[in-house]
Amino acid sequence: MPLLELVNLDVGFDTPEGEVHAVNELNFSIEAGEALAIVGESGAGKTQSMMAVMGLLADNGHVSGQALFNGNDLLSMGAGELNQHRGSQIAMIFQDPMTSLNPYLSIEKQMIEVVMHHQGLDRAEAHAKAVEMLRAVRIPDPERRIGQYPHEFSGGMRQRAMVAMGLLCEPDLLIADEPTTALDVTVQAQIGHLMSELRQTSNTAIILITHDLGVVAGLCDRVLVMYAGEVVEWGSVEQIYYQPLHPYTRGLLESVPRLDQPDDAVLHAIPGNPPNLLALPDGCKFRDRCPKAHDACREEPPIRQGGEGHSYRCFLERTDE
Amino acid sequence: MNERVLRVQDLSVHFEVREGNLFRSRMHTLKAVNGVSFDLNAGETLGIVGESGCGKSTLARAMLALIKPNRGRVLWLGEDLGKLDEEELRKKRQDLQIVFQDPLAALNPRMTVRDIIAEPLWTFFPRIARVQVDERVSGMMKLVGLLPNQINRYPHEFSGGQCQRISIARALVLNPKLVVCDEPVSALDVSIQAQIINLLKDLQKKLNLSLVFIAHDLSVVKHISDRVMVMYLGRAMEVSQRGNLYRRPLHPYTKALIRAVPVPDPKLARKLVDTGLTGDMPSPLDLPRGCVFHTRCPYAVKRCELEVPPLRRMENNDWVACHRAEELDLTIAKSG
Repeated sequence: MPLLELVNLDVGFDTPEGEVHAVNELNFSIEAGEALAIVGESGAGKTQSMMAVMGLLADNGHVSGQALFNGNDLLSMGAGELNQHRGSQIAMIFQDPMTSLNPYLSIEKQMIEVVMHHQGLDRAEAHAKAVEMLRAVRIPDPERRIGQYPHEFSGGMRQRAMVAMGLLCEPDLLIADEPTTALDVTVQAQIGHLMSELRQTSNTAIILITHDLGVVAGLCDRVLVMYAGEVVEWGSVEQIYYQPLHPYTRGLLESVPRLDQPDDAVLHAIPGNPPNLLALPDGCKFRDRCPKAHDACREEPPIRQGGEGHSYRCFLERTDE
Repeated sequence: MNERVLRVQDLSVHFEVREGNLFRSRMHTLKAVNGVSFDLNAGETLGIVGESGCGKSTLARAMLALIKPNRGRVLWLGEDLGKLDEEELRKKRQDLQIVFQDPLAALNPRMTVRDIIAEPLWTFFPRIARVQVDERVSGMMKLVGLLPNQINRYPHEFSGGQCQRISIARALVLNPKLVVCDEPVSALDVSIQAQIINLLKDLQKKLNLSLVFIAHDLSVVKHISDRVMVMYLGRAMEVSQRGNLYRRPLHPYTKALIRAVPVPDPKLARKLVDTGLTGDMPSPLDLPRGCVFHTRCPYAVKRCELEVPPLRRMENNDWVACHRAEELDLTIAKSG
């Protein structure tokens, strides 16, 4: 049985301008210890699909489908039941550590609360565990640092503290929403190393949400590419990087700035802008930005097979290079 | 082409900050920019790269005389901006423009695109006719790839990339000679970043602009810069020609930044080693003695703890602030 399995997950929001379909029939599963990337531009539905799984949708949001965690549907649980899983078995870390840490509470207070609640440890045990975890994420001098407040930490340290908090209860699944986007490249590299290390030592499964295919390559086993609420391509990290089949995936890959290109190479961008979810085109939602679009794309594109475990949603055949 | 337009000489910007609690506090000096010098030619692009807190944004503001430096001077076309009075400086601002990082925060949400782009025109030419303004604004919108029929819309109706185009149009409406772009693409999706970089590159060619392009990532500035300056804790560590900097950096910090750029290739990315950087950046309130980078530098020796390395000229007019620049070979291996 997979660790987490999403079945026909739909997420929508009621807004004054009309109903917004943020996520459309999302299906995937992740095994214990696996690392999966969900990649796409702003508004692709990556964050909202995971917020729905965590029961953290905004008040005007609604969700249907199933999110089976070890076979139990998270979406049909009440808050009390959900809280037995959230934090202890599933943890989520957010993009901006400054806004998701409470500025009024010391790091210690924010960390030990979780362990005391979920694991029934007393204060001293929880403290020891928190210090140990801060040391694991390489916060220097953790015994002293744990008493400090978030503003006394640098950006990288805050994000590492977030990762430490996420991992404190040794969750089976860690959902990381753009964990490195707000950080400097040098710190990005550190957090990346840290996540793959923790994955090896504690067999934690990771779902990594990002708009940058550059950061995924070294960290994940499989990739799911989303556009306008739909998965447009999925496969192993090798398949996605070496044989991308959907024009959108290719566009995302080409737009990653690389140091190994000639100095004067023209940078590739995907033309146009991320779609307006209130006014999506019929048929293929990517067609007005797609270099390969043709008349057929006005219809709903089929799902084609690329290889073992590799599929994409497009009219193009594999050979239509 | 090789006319020098901007000279920054030994520029320092310090801030006084209070540290401590309500009852016991001390004033500290935060040396945001510390003795930075460089030149910029007409039509040239200088990339400025460094981690957050390295002083790159403060440097940008100081070179446009938006904040007063504590030491050093900024010469624009030979004139010392620090010596001008308010009115003279105001006139110079026609030539000197800036584009900010967060396009939504930089645009007034209650103003239409027309008013945003036209504001500098009204400021400098209060008696300009409305027809002329509209003509100029439509022209600018076309130039930056926006549809002129969107002239009456508000910023929230545009995506992040389009808002950045509006900011660029506003910066260019007065025909400036120098545009400073402070992290213009950091807030955008990777897929959109290249649109803005390519746009700036095009506009620079068309208008013979001098550009200063600030980023925290070396990969972003590579495509647009002629030369790149790497900053760390308020100091310039290296200023090199692009072709040299990415192949054989002179400063260990530059090399660490190059190695930190993620590689979009699973096989390469998996075997990539560490950046060689240890620890966090020290607090700018309490700078290390000697070379500011020595606490994290894998090549540091005793001398680095004691003496501040000056920025000095090497071959090919590349500049570096490292005691060991001659003996270190920091050539970047082909496979990352």
